[in-house]
Amino acid sequence: MASTAAPPGAVGKSPPRPDGPAKVTGATRYVDDLALPGMWHGATVRCPYPAARLLRLDPAPALAADPEVVVLTARDLPGPNVIQLIADDWPVLAAERVNHACEPVALVAAPTRARALAAAARVVVEAEELPAVLTLDEALRGDPRAGGQQPLVLAACTVERGDVEAGLAGADLIIEGSYETGHQEHIYIETHGAIGIWHGEEAGLEVIGSLQCPYYVHKALVRLFGLPPERVRVRQAPTGGGFGGKEDFPNVICAHAALLSRRCGRPVKIVYDRHEDIIATTKRHPSRVRHRTGVRRDGTLVAQDIEVLLDGGAYVTLSPVVLSRAVLHAGGPYRCPNVRIRGRVLATNTPPNGAFRGFGAPQTQFAAERHMDRIARALGLDPLAIRERNAYRPGDVTPTGQRLDASTNALECLRAAAERTRFRERWRAIERERARGRPDDGQPWQGIGLALVWHGSGFTGDGERRLGARAGVRLLPGGRLEVLAASTDFGQGTSAVFCQLVADAAGVPLEQVQVHEPDTAAVPDSGPTVASRTVMIVGGVLQRAAAQLRARLLAFAAERAGLKAERLRLVGGQVLDPQDRVVASFAELADAYLAAGGEASWIAQHQPPPEIRFDEKTYQGTAYPAYGWCCDVVEVRVDPDTLAVRPERVTIAADVGRAIHPVLCAGQLEGGTLQALAWGYLEEIKLERGRYLNDRLQTYIIPTVLDTPDMETILIENPTPASPSGAKGVGELPMDCGAPAIVAAIENATGIAVHALPASPERLLEARRAGQVVQPQHAGA
Amino acid sequence: MSRAFRPRSLQEAVALLGDPELGAVPVAGCTDLMVLDHAMRRSHRAVVDLLGLAELRGIRWAEGGGSAGGPVVEIGAASTFSAIRADPLVRMHLPILAEAAATIGAWQIQNRATIGGNLANASPAADSAPVLLALDAELVLVGPAGERVVPYRSFHLGYRKTLLAPGELIARIRVPVPVPGTRQRFHKVGTRQAQAISKVVLAMCCRREPDGLLRGVRFGVGSVAPVPRRLRGAEQACEGRPAGAATAERAAAAAAAEVHPIDDVRSTAAYRREVLARLVRRMVLELAADAG
Amino acid sequence: MQEAIAVSDTVRFTVNGEPRCWQGEPMARLLDVLRYELGLTGTKEGCGEGECGACTVLLDGEPVCACLVPMLQCEGRAVQTIEGLGGADRLEPVQRAFVEAGGVQCGACTPGLVLTAWALLQREPRPDRARMREALAGNLCRCTGYERILRALEHTIAARQGGGAPAAGTGEATP
Repeated sequence: MASTAAPPGAVGKSPPRPDGPAKVTGATRYVDDLALPGMWHGATVRCPYPAARLLRLDPAPALAADPEVVVLTARDLPGPNVIQLIADDWPVLAAERVNHACEPVALVAAPTRARALAAAARVVVEAEELPAVLTLDEALRGDPRAGGQQPLVLAACTVERGDVEAGLAGADLIIEGSYETGHQEHIYIETHGAIGIWHGEEAGLEVIGSLQCPYYVHKALVRLFGLPPERVRVRQAPTGGGFGGKEDFPNVICAHAALLSRRCGRPVKIVYDRHEDIIATTKRHPSRVRHRTGVRRDGTLVAQDIEVLLDGGAYVTLSPVVLSRAVLHAGGPYRCPNVRIRGRVLATNTPPNGAFRGFGAPQTQFAAERHMDRIARALGLDPLAIRERNAYRPGDVTPTGQRLDASTNALECLRAAAERTRFRERWRAIERERARGRPDDGQPWQGIGLALVWHGSGFTGDGERRLGARAGVRLLPGGRLEVLAASTDFGQGTSAVFCQLVADAAGVPLEQVQVHEPDTAAVPDSGPTVASRTVMIVGGVLQRAAAQLRARLLAFAAERAGLKAERLRLVGGQVLDPQDRVVASFAELADAYLAAGGEASWIAQHQPPPEIRFDEKTYQGTAYPAYGWCCDVVEVRVDPDTLAVRPERVTIAADVGRAIHPVLCAGQLEGGTLQALAWGYLEEIKLERGRYLNDRLQTYIIPTVLDTPDMETILIENPTPASPSGAKGVGELPMDCGAPAIVAAIENATGIAVHALPASPERLLEARRAGQVVQPQHAGA
Repeated sequence: MSRAFRPRSLQEAVALLGDPELGAVPVAGCTDLMVLDHAMRRSHRAVVDLLGLAELRGIRWAEGGGSAGGPVVEIGAASTFSAIRADPLVRMHLPILAEAAATIGAWQIQNRATIGGNLANASPAADSAPVLLALDAELVLVGPAGERVVPYRSFHLGYRKTLLAPGELIARIRVPVPVPGTRQRFHKVGTRQAQAISKVVLAMCCRREPDGLLRGVRFGVGSVAPVPRRLRGAEQACEGRPAGAATAERAAAAAAAEVHPIDDVRSTAAYRREVLARLVRRMVLELAADAG
Repeated sequence: MQEAIAVSDTVRFTVNGEPRCWQGEPMARLLDVLRYELGLTGTKEGCGEGECGACTVLLDGEPVCACLVPMLQCEGRAVQTIEGLGGADRLEPVQRAFVEAGGVQCGACTPGLVLTAWALLQREPRPDRARMREALAGNLCRCTGYERILRALEHTIAARQGGGAPAAGTGEATP
């Protein structure tokens, strides 16, 4: 048989994603597309007050109008009234005290969705309204839940390095600033949904949901129902977007659907409509960040004193972890010898805030980047110069004492984006134009702005060590391979990338690899699909498992052929001898191996190198195994009369370590960038008595394609040693960068300095009237 | 279950809608009605579908069709915004109406939403309303008492209140064809570039006489008052004056003084007032700029 | 007279070319009938108020939001849903381009976007980016940032011109 040339691997190419055809033909079945025999529908009864004592829940009117319906309250729970996450403060259903507007107090099930909703509306909720804490300022003044004299602190942490006071004392200049950001809603296009299927005490519970983290839900249900883990099964349905929003909240809606199913003895589906999804689910934490920075005249940072406040809403959810990431990124991608970052999450009587792409880092890096621009202006430096001077280089040490490795590409990203856009020249030209004065004739103002960020890939600190992610590969007849992982694909392309990594590591063609549905009854716990950890950490585990499979099969082939295993190679689905002759096809080898009773699954576990350690008490050590770096240059046009902002072009230069699938990788960067830009200038939630006013898609405004700039993505690949493939996380990185970049561009165009998001036309007008206007910089001209 | 009627003529529709026993609601493009029906989980005793009525369709030229005796473009009330933005008569003579139609919702909505529905729904933010005020349109209403013609400027009585009598419908919109040389301007400030409700929406129509003076100035504005309205003060500040900076500033100040916008989920009173003034100013300045 | 023009509770229309006879509440949403009665779940609900376009279907060839169309107004009309376009084994060029160019991520907006894009390309052979943006502005996508969706349309047009679609994976700049 003729020898075959080694086919190039799958990694680094952009093959069509395996779920693509089903999605473009409408064949993909999401939760609301599933109808199970005998299935009923659930609805939620909510209390309107931000803080209240529940007096009475009366289902009688609902039952009178429709005797078939089932109503369930906190009294009917089989186990602790707790949504399992970090703390035990979040109830499944409020029992006595209501801590935020629209908090669930009862559940209803009925044969149709319309009847369930009608019945829910008839359940009487009597409550006595209590004093509520609705904003960070009110929280600081004191929370009744904490005795009234002090805030209710949901989480706190501090990072310290060097001597901040000494650093400030020795600085040429101290620059201060305060920056604020508001809520952001995820607006995954598929709203939350879950189907609970109670199979009975013996057979246990099954839940199918739109979710990111099957094992989070599994753990929550095991606790709530008091069942042994093997009697709870959680399956992820195809999920229409997550962005972090389906990390924490599925624990709630899956519990609700499961409770109703157990009560009714039949499958029960709960799907929120958009309005309910917005009023009831978690948001990005609002923030207030204060900077006090000491600099030398040449722009060198000598001390950063930073205080981070996050509004956690009513319950702890994931706030301690969000705060941790917020604090660890708060200095920005800049070296500084003396740093102190103090962070707190305060409770308010607003719906709980939770996970959202970026996980606190977008908030603190918005502040850091706007503060860098403020420092630059104070020193007469341009935005590029101040960043070039301070950006981390390989070998620099972060505030946690982590020495940065060779894959530290802040400057590369900065320079790539700046050169591509001729940033310095154009930024200065616009500053000069503003200095000269422009005719007040309605002609649009152009602006260009830049931001530079870093984002840690993987869990913070020792999280990966504690988790010990497990994932693997199963060998199927015909030599097909199946990926076994609980990591979910909710749009990013996880499945496609897993197939590529496994195909190359196993030595089989891409078409031979498929991904098993994330199902706690069938796949090991590879951890939650969060924290930009999936490709880097879980991908690495899969590569190891696939390599073990390959070695085992080569050994088997060698035994059969009477050769030494190390003389055989598995390439492109063929076993080759040293003369490149085909010894066997992988398919026949696999069938023979399975027929001989060989093991069919290889499961590997993540083991971080022992030298990677993080002390969660002192916040010293390796905070993240790798960092992604990103620079955005945003070009805007601003209408001088309406202050309406049009982003026209965005250039994204991102260091992703290694792009396993360049098209999907760019897709993550571009999608995240738009979400970040929109958070920067468009998306806003106003509250009234603790309720969101922007509670539907007509009032919660996300960009249409007409609002969206052309995007160019520059992928910078400098592999990280932290993962076998060299890939770093890319999902969250762009979320940190877009908002400060567009606000900088608006400042360049208008001279208006906005320190709170969103930089809406209304806020720009308000800021201009308040005199928040910067002097044009023309010294360097 | 709702009873549904598909009348064969406008007369039948009016008879159905005028029957108090029936309690019927007229439906056309349904782009507002269905949203509310679903959100409020409400239903109707009876509905009368207007979409199929030939008398409510079509856009045509009518000589002497208006009260003033000149030619009009007559637009059937059930014309969709897709039909309006594509219509050659509208594009040639009423370019700001074509422009406004193109900013309403997006393609899907423009394919369904009708101009009559946009007016009868009586949102203060309706984007066709300022245009029809600036063009001084008339409405042909048909009801149990017969047909009457009313100037559009008197149609809105208060927040979501119109002078439509029970059972009465908007049948046609008559827009006087502007004399050659008439300048038309439209500017929508929405929450975003498409699928947006207006924060401020302004239309202007005027002539610039050979002597350089402005005549027949009409501003229509939406989203700054409980109803779409004219800016009489700004109009007076321009009427008979030369286009230019002084007139522009005066008109802008007058506009800011004569509206009483509110803070709401979409914008602020301060922003709306300021931006209205700036847009009035810009439109008057543009008249001077394209003097030629 | 009223009875003479009262609509019977039956609506006769076609869905993807198949004649259908439907009975029920005349103000029922076409969206619900397609999804929950005819089992055509490719049409998605994203907002229920005509903002997101996830429920886009073609009504006599024109894109509309199925959440805002009452069954009453479907009488005698032709409805086309995503299921009526191409199956997985015979994708339309624009569907294939969505997959290859990265225009698909989570998929929830995809059926609506594909139908709007297909309708645009049926009418206009070579829309430019500005025209594409205008036509697609009624379909919200939260995943892609839209860049790869625009490129999918550009690839479709390029392939139609006979040049062949640029291979997926191009379009990235290198530093």
